[in-house]
Amino acid sequence: MPIPMSHSRIEPSIRSRPVYGTLSPTTAATHLCIADGAGGGALLDLFDSAPEGFAPCAEINYVPGGVPGEQDLSDALQALGAARFHNSPSVHALLPRIARQFERMRMGTQVYLAGSETLIGLAMKTGMEAGLDFEAMQTEHRGTLARRMQCVHCKGITENVTTQPATCSHCGLLLLVRDHYSRRHAAFQGVNINAEDPSEVPPKEEVFP
Amino acid sequence: MSSLHGAIEVVVSDVVTVNELIKRFHFKRADGKPLPAFSGGSHIVIEMQDGDTLRRTPYSLSSSPFDTDDYQISIRRDDAGRGGSLYMHEKVEPGMSMSISHPANLFALDKRAPKHLMLAGGIGITPFMSQTAQLARTGGRIELHYGVRNRDLGTYVDELSARLGPDLHVYLDENAERMDLDRILGNQPTGTHLYVCGPEPMIEAALHSARRLGWPQAHIHHELFTKTAPGEPFTMTLQDSGVSVEVGETQSMLEAIENAGIDAPYLCRGGVCGQCETRVISHDGELLHADHWLSDEERAAGDKIMPCVSRCRGTLVLER
Amino acid sequence: MATPASQLPFREETFRDDFTFTNSPETVRRAPFPFDQDSYMYAVNMEQHRDGEPGTAFEAPIDVDEHYVSEMRDRALVLDEDPLRCQSLPHMALAGWDTLELLMQAKADSYPDWFTLDRDGDRWHWINRPLGIEQRFTFGDETTLPYGPLEYITRQAQGDFCVLDERQGNLWMDAGIVTTQADWSLDFDIGMNFFEWHAPVPLAHELGIFERALKYMLSVQIGAPARRLNWTMTVNPRLDTSPENYHVWGPENTHITEENVADKLYLRIELQSFWRLPRSNALLFPIRCYLLSMRDLSTVPKWATRMHRVLKSLPPELSTYKGLDNYRQIAIDYLSEFDDGSPTTPGARPD
Repeated sequence: MPIPMSHSRIEPSIRSRPVYGTLSPTTAATHLCIADGAGGGALLDLFDSAPEGFAPCAEINYVPGGVPGEQDLSDALQALGAARFHNSPSVHALLPRIARQFERMRMGTQVYLAGSETLIGLAMKTGMEAGLDFEAMQTEHRGTLARRMQCVHCKGITENVTTQPATCSHCGLLLLVRDHYSRRHAAFQGVNINAEDPSEVPPKEEVFP
Repeated sequence: MSSLHGAIEVVVSDVVTVNELIKRFHFKRADGKPLPAFSGGSHIVIEMQDGDTLRRTPYSLSSSPFDTDDYQISIRRDDAGRGGSLYMHEKVEPGMSMSISHPANLFALDKRAPKHLMLAGGIGITPFMSQTAQLARTGGRIELHYGVRNRDLGTYVDELSARLGPDLHVYLDENAERMDLDRILGNQPTGTHLYVCGPEPMIEAALHSARRLGWPQAHIHHELFTKTAPGEPFTMTLQDSGVSVEVGETQSMLEAIENAGIDAPYLCRGGVCGQCETRVISHDGELLHADHWLSDEERAAGDKIMPCVSRCRGTLVLER
Repeated sequence: MATPASQLPFREETFRDDFTFTNSPETVRRAPFPFDQDSYMYAVNMEQHRDGEPGTAFEAPIDVDEHYVSEMRDRALVLDEDPLRCQSLPHMALAGWDTLELLMQAKADSYPDWFTLDRDGDRWHWINRPLGIEQRFTFGDETTLPYGPLEYITRQAQGDFCVLDERQGNLWMDAGIVTTQADWSLDFDIGMNFFEWHAPVPLAHELGIFERALKYMLSVQIGAPARRLNWTMTVNPRLDTSPENYHVWGPENTHITEENVADKLYLRIELQSFWRLPRSNALLFPIRCYLLSMRDLSTVPKWATRMHRVLKSLPPELSTYKGLDNYRQIAIDYLSEFDDGSPTTPGARPD
């Protein structure tokens, strides 16, 4: 059987840059699936490769993509026959719901996270806050490379960063968007890029589309 | 003779026969100062001078980690072993001086866990004694399942019952009572951590069930009391030290190295922690790997060995 | 018993604004100069931390020097501005108490003229004469101290402190106080494991440095601490060279000239130590900072020579990572006048 090609455009980097995998079904009693945008495709592949009996023991929480060009896979996901299917308008709207899911589930529930790094990071952070070790949760990256970024200076988080460098949406400093990543903040680190000479303003390039 | 790392001189303050198989030994510090506080699940290495034989064997501390006056270990007599437990049972008496190491912990609680699920078999109860004592002070939910042969061999059931109340579940072999692993493991709240200690088949069964039921590896902890098994004597050459050393029948390679006055790294002395990993420069015959650290590939490659538990049928040259 | 250091008065000096920081000649000579040869490359370079050599910074297990009072004042200012510099994840409370015990006992044992600790069961009585603090409290009960135990004691101890939880064969930075660091953020890195928080360091990962270092650190036992030295350079004797304030101190990197290099450019030495904490099984990782100006170095010919040769031969990636590019050549030019080209004696101690 051919090895599936990764659908992710993420390049290898430093040790603190998250590395994602490919979702694969386990023998756990229940399955909690959370995805956004193109990540819906990873769930479709997961269910496709899963044995009979998987879908009735699974729950799907899906945020259709707000990213131009990314399909809304809701119909296909709904047709999988999972025990429950829920659509949320945004990742942030979804979080309180899955926080409750994490709280009430039992050990022996496999968690699957797929899609943007924002969805994966925030869902994982929610799982960690419920006491689940981050390694317990399977992840697969698909679609946008847009990042969440914490400004190390003012601590504000800027969403959907696609350029290098990027402006902090809180304090206005121009930041180098590093690959150094914090699971606790579910964000990459931004550091003032022109501290030594604020008059030097490097042009922004779209590097995380 | 290389000295025991960080040795503390102690006096045996009491020896208590707990039941027909198990004795408990109490130690107080010889100089009267407090013993170090420790973390639940820790072990100490006891140095035993048994005639010409020097043994260094690890035992879990079963006392409270906050008790700095008195350390307690509980030892099950093993008639088929190297002789360490027999020595302790038959030769050690109150008033004797001994050397012990500082406590070290390779079976620690995950402090993030809102709940700790413990499965104990037989003498495997010992690390849970210090862990439950610690949690009684610092807080944390516990559920302890304890399988024993019969009530008499149920070491510390009374003490644990007083400490844990309904959170303790005891299973008597003689009544064919068995832990229902699917039920126990299937209903635990998010964030629970699982800890297993007991005979190897019991640990295997528990881990197998947990993994099958979808428990993540990061939430599963176990401690296997690996014993250094006796074996045929053999000779090894320590290349860096330029000496040839005979490993006796009931002596581990590590003890033989130490007996030759050479200081070698170690921590668990039970084949699980990796600290004593030593390069094998060459060997004639067969390496008898008895550890739980090296991978299958590393064992097959034959260029590494764990001297605390492994042996050789033949001869070997070590980078030591 | 470390009596010589205890005779020194404590300096009134600043590590910001007017930068009045100065080293006395004795403090210069006792510094833990990090180079034991004429070039520098990463190494695991861990050794046991014991047998305190008199007249050096290794004399006492936890070193207190003439900068103690002023460093603690600077720390308090940093914490006022940014409380996120001291954090402790909820499960690290026990480790915080272990740390308080270790630092209080070490200070009381090494410097009995300045620190006293009386323990009556859980009822402790602590006196810190240099800072004018007297505190009675119950060990283990946070409500009896004005701060959590980690913050309480590290407000009275020089250097940064990381408290590392040991889990799954790795170390996790789950608590700490970081106000004198070389350019990393506790608020961002807290919760990361050993490899992750070191991720930005170039070259070292490929060399397997961190695998070996981690294995050594996991083997550190109660009562047997270890240590190693690290280094970088700083413009002005500024302790708070944090990324949080990079936009404040970053511009200073371009201010070094041949006229001011002697007094404005500093070698920043980190004495790192590793201590197993008994009740929590965590590792305490103090990072103690020593600042020597280029002029301070020039008073020890061997050190000026070494520093010259290290800077000349430093791999470019290391120079960039350590932030030295703006002034390295100026420093080399200044130090070259002390280097007569002859061989230096082995080891790092002055001749």
